[in-house]
Amino acid sequence: MDHERYDDTYIRAILRETKIIAMVGASSNWNRPSYFAMKYLQRKGFRVIPVNPREAGKEILGETVYASLAEVPDKIDMVDVFRYSEAAGPVADEAVAVGAKILWMQLGVRNDAAAARAEAAGLKVVMNRCPKIEFGRLSREIGWMGINTGVISSKRRSQL
Amino acid sequence: MADTPSYGFETLAVHAGAAPDPVTGSRATPIHQTTAFVFDDVDHAASLFNLQVFGNIYTRLTNPTVAVLEQRLAGLEGGRGAVAAASGHSAQMMAFHVLMEAGDHFIAAKQLYGGSLTQFGQSFKKFGWDATTVDATNVQNFRDAMRPNTKAIFIENLANPGGVVVDVEAVAAVAHEAGVPLIVDNTLATPFLARPFEWGADIVVHSLTKFLGGHGNSLGGMVVESGKFDWAQNDKYPSLTEPNASYHGLKFYETFGDMAYSVAIRAQSLRDLGPALSPMNAFLILTGIETLPLRMERHCDNALKVAEFLEAHPKVDWVSYAGLKSSRFYDLGKKYLPRGAGAVFTFGVKGGFESGVTIVENVELISHLANIGDTRSLIIHPASTTHRQLGEAELIAAGAGPDVVRLSVGIETVDDIIRDLDQALSRV
Repeated sequence: MDHERYDDTYIRAILRETKIIAMVGASSNWNRPSYFAMKYLQRKGFRVIPVNPREAGKEILGETVYASLAEVPDKIDMVDVFRYSEAAGPVADEAVAVGAKILWMQLGVRNDAAAARAEAAGLKVVMNRCPKIEFGRLSREIGWMGINTGVISSKRRSQL
Repeated sequence: MADTPSYGFETLAVHAGAAPDPVTGSRATPIHQTTAFVFDDVDHAASLFNLQVFGNIYTRLTNPTVAVLEQRLAGLEGGRGAVAAASGHSAQMMAFHVLMEAGDHFIAAKQLYGGSLTQFGQSFKKFGWDATTVDATNVQNFRDAMRPNTKAIFIENLANPGGVVVDVEAVAAVAHEAGVPLIVDNTLATPFLARPFEWGADIVVHSLTKFLGGHGNSLGGMVVESGKFDWAQNDKYPSLTEPNASYHGLKFYETFGDMAYSVAIRAQSLRDLGPALSPMNAFLILTGIETLPLRMERHCDNALKVAEFLEAHPKVDWVSYAGLKSSRFYDLGKKYLPRGAGAVFTFGVKGGFESGVTIVENVELISHLANIGDTRSLIIHPASTTHRQLGEAELIAAGAGPDVVRLSVGIETVDDIIRDLDQALSRV
């Protein structure tokens, strides 16, 4: 798997098959990227479950915060890692343990060893990307800010 | 980080950024001639104002028609994002606004459009922005002019009006050694002839008024970012790396990564300086860009033939066109402009200032006016018009001495252009 470039079809399939996202490193600070990425993804129909031991038991955007992936009672499709690159290692192992299908490391987060372990366990992996930005790009919403989506289509705008 | 299929340049010129309107199915890009956009609810409004969701608030910041044009330019240049402006000059001002604080310095080529030299030397000085101009034909000059407070290097890759081709790759290396971005004005070449990002440039600016719009009917400007510059490698760019008070402490580079510069221009410079492009102009320029590849091929073919005609004319002393083998920039032109050396160049007429005036006053097909990059052929005598504000030494340094005539060769029948020049030259 080439983690420098991802095909649009790969990212699009991941975003289409994902229903429940566990966001590791979710913040209750309304002006942190993790908070407004969570809010955006909720608006797009995803259920986002925050995971953060320092905020465990509180609520963020209407969802209970859990201390670890293992404590999340729901079946997780995607684990979204809002942590620094080294911390993504243990998170990857937990993602495998809870049976997640996708391990997604945020913009600026890259851990090739963790990716290899997750892939060996059958997970799809994305690194150094943001699902909000990718959703916005593939749905062409991000183009409203003059950002190059690279997407050309002769169809009316679709959700993804 | 676009991760997308790569389309050919001609496909991008027609399609990049555009899609059928989702509500009506309109295939041409609609002209969203509106000042403002309704919010879904208060929470949606707050999220928009805090840059937390994508969407439109007010046409000074974003507009769907203008956004198509911005994506079109980003696509054609191979950049990450772009921000449109009301003119090339305001695009330049915004390109610097995010990078510079009062007391900061940048280095610019001496070989620039006269209006840029005036903007840098006069108006930017009032902001406390200090520009040093250097001869861009010697790359070492940029290195020698570097100071601790230098924030950028600015060049035209194909300089107006002198036919000078700058060694972009070498200048980019000097900029990156110092940890500053290279800004390239790609107006004369257009992305059809040259793509500065492929040679290491970090920011491209355009006057869309010229070949991109191409029909001499609309002003416009653009800033495009490559998305590859590391703004956190030093502490030179606080507008990108430090918390921004007007966005509740948001840090642009941390939040927006490889599109931080263009988001910051929109959210800081376009918001506060206000040079928004009108949707109508964006529509006209978009329509022009669809035929950019066809027009540029014809412009370049005609320009080369006209340059060859002038070079052989007994009343012409010299022709400065990088497409001619006699040009000292011929080899650099082959490297950076393999599809043609553009359609704007200068020539020197025997008899100096008076002869230059005689020619511009006697052409009949070619228009005497202060613009370039029109379908129509245009002519000007810079010393008596565009470069009037400069002194004699500056005139010569800018390639606009008293005998210099500038042509912007149009897409008419080339024999008609040549015949018109021939009859005007016969009056000298």
